[in-house]
Amino acid sequence: MTEKLKLSRRQIVRGILATTAFGLTSKFGTGCSSQSGTGQTSEDEPLVVGFIYVGPKDDFGYNQSHAEGAAAVAELTGFKVIEQANVPETQAVQETMREMIEIDGAKVLFPTSFGYFDPHILEIAEEFPDVQFFHAGGLYEEGMPANVGSYFGYIDEAQYLAGIVAAHNTKTGKLGFVAAKPIPQVLRNINGYTLGAKSINPEITTQVVFTGDWAAPVKEAEAVNSMVNQGADVITCHVDSPKVVIETASKRGVFCTGYHTDQSALAPEAYLTGAEWDWKSIYTQYANWVKEGKSLMNGDIPHIVRGGLAENFWELSPYGPAVSEAAKADAEAIKEKFADASMVIYSGELKDNEGQVILSDGEAYEQQAIELETTDWLVDGVQGSV
Amino acid sequence: MFLTAIDRYSWRKSLEAICIPVGAVLVALIIFGVFCAVVGANPFGVYGSIYKAAFGGWSAWQRTFIQASPLMLSALCTVLPARLGLVIIGNEGALVMGGLGAIAVGLSLGESLPPLLVQIGMAMGGMLFGGIWIAIAGALRHYRAVNETISSLLLNYIAIAFLNHLVGGPMRDPSSLNKPSTFPIAEINRLGDIPGTRIHYGLLYGLIACIVAYILIQRTTFGFAARTAGGNVRAAQIAGLPVGKLTIIICFLAGSCAGLAGMVEVAAVHGVANESLNVGYGYGGILVAFVARHNPLASALVATLLGGILASGGILQRSHDLPDATVLVFQGLVFLMVLYSDSLYGRFAFFQERETLPSNLSPIE
Repeated sequence: MTEKLKLSRRQIVRGILATTAFGLTSKFGTGCSSQSGTGQTSEDEPLVVGFIYVGPKDDFGYNQSHAEGAAAVAELTGFKVIEQANVPETQAVQETMREMIEIDGAKVLFPTSFGYFDPHILEIAEEFPDVQFFHAGGLYEEGMPANVGSYFGYIDEAQYLAGIVAAHNTKTGKLGFVAAKPIPQVLRNINGYTLGAKSINPEITTQVVFTGDWAAPVKEAEAVNSMVNQGADVITCHVDSPKVVIETASKRGVFCTGYHTDQSALAPEAYLTGAEWDWKSIYTQYANWVKEGKSLMNGDIPHIVRGGLAENFWELSPYGPAVSEAAKADAEAIKEKFADASMVIYSGELKDNEGQVILSDGEAYEQQAIELETTDWLVDGVQGSV
Repeated sequence: MFLTAIDRYSWRKSLEAICIPVGAVLVALIIFGVFCAVVGANPFGVYGSIYKAAFGGWSAWQRTFIQASPLMLSALCTVLPARLGLVIIGNEGALVMGGLGAIAVGLSLGESLPPLLVQIGMAMGGMLFGGIWIAIAGALRHYRAVNETISSLLLNYIAIAFLNHLVGGPMRDPSSLNKPSTFPIAEINRLGDIPGTRIHYGLLYGLIACIVAYILIQRTTFGFAARTAGGNVRAAQIAGLPVGKLTIIICFLAGSCAGLAGMVEVAAVHGVANESLNVGYGYGGILVAFVARHNPLASALVATLLGGILASGGILQRSHDLPDATVLVFQGLVFLMVLYSDSLYGRFAFFQERETLPSNLSPIE
């Protein structure tokens, strides 16, 4: 057949469209994982621990912070860590949990994304009552399966310190905060950051832009640019991967503070400090508990574990070159108070940015206060609305 | 080709239609094997794992079907309009709107009616919302000559923004703290699993919809009219076919399929509507539709294949220590090969007609 290959314009357009769809589907879930457990050769069967992430393990953000914690568990003797990344919050995560339990023999699972909790973890936990499920940020309530636990840290403490450092470095008195969604944990970080900055200079304001999505790189870059155009000169964020925010801020010649993990490599000059998760200690803690034979089911492990610096839930990125000695001294002084749990961030009189009194004189929210887990207000000094 | 109204029946043509895609998948497997070898994994071990994880045993099949079922319905959203010559890629938006329609009906009916009726109501709500969504793109196309591909793509963004607005505001359940969601539908109104499996009823809906769509397009006067209009709009108009009506009806049906997929996600998987409706099933459906060359029955098969690839993702990686995006590479290779194999039709002497067969008219591709 010598007929020449002929493609009509329509065919080409179709081809291009369908090919484009690949790009779009990259979001669409496939599980990718790699084995990072050290092959145990001891006569004891290693305890299999599974970690599940919603995004890639090297996102400079939320998922990476958990993967670093998982790596710490893999270092311990007697444990085998299995991981799967890019698992969407759909039935796919239920299947992943099932595979880890049925095929890999996992006894402990850490499905880390917020949206895995209800209904996915709750359903699978009911089906496998011998396996323990620990979830970051979920709110365990009576009546939920006994083999489910939740853990989370008061990282607004670290944001408070970042706010102190930011306040020392801003010239315009305007800080910028790129936030994903107006949910309690995000609002709490915005409030902590702003209160920290205001403790240095009460005139400072924080402008907030909600992108509406945990990962929306284009919107995040736009948000940084527009806030810098309006005069903000220190930028921070609470999104899944702060990479874009940090890089954009650095390109625009303003300072930034990080979140989730250490992003100083992305902006060596502009990076001041950052609020980093320290999942290593909590994961090691859980691993040791399980090793000792403790479990959620018989009540040896609490269903709700929360903590701040005193419990090693977070750490501060090393200070960047632009941070002055005075700023370091102020931040370190407060950090010591966090370490011995004598610092209270939310104390009266405290107003939200609509003028309503949240705490009147003399009142205070300790970090453990349940009210803070349902925060739906922004503190006075924040420009933006929930 | 897929737009020809009537092809003459010939086993050679049927064989071509089977051999070329199968050959394309094999070529993709070989290239993928080279990729694996370069990365340092044994290709044959990898093939074995893919097979085992996706199709080796009942549990693996269930995993595959769970992944495949939303894709079948959402693929029809592209397949049906394609027979009219329209390239609609608004599957994601229609699915999201369908989910919203379903939750709206589910919440407003509550437990006032028997569960079966509520479920039917939710399905109707989902189909109506999804259908109207794509019908808008069809109407814009017919009456205002707005490019349907672009308009349906943009409608996706509007639908997703609308979902986020409702879920984060007017319809939000205040107790959904970390993941803003609507109030849940009553437990009794949830769609269950097919007995004896962990696959929800969405799979059945998908299979039925694919078969119905096939019959509608290939075996009815309505389908014939649609295909005629797809072949040549002017000719169809001159022949007196109501092209505008056809466009809108086909678009409505297409959207209602994706809307039904949204309803299944709400009623069977999540019990609420939230951003998990928008995880790419719509875009996956576009892939399926193109690879299936807009044949509804082939869509069901291709969706199963894609479901299998997705299902094999985790276990494959865990046992071969391959980098993160390996499964995406595999998926991309398979689909690129199948799409490019499109240009091979009619190029092999073996598959060509040897002589004119007696006119045995039958509308087979």
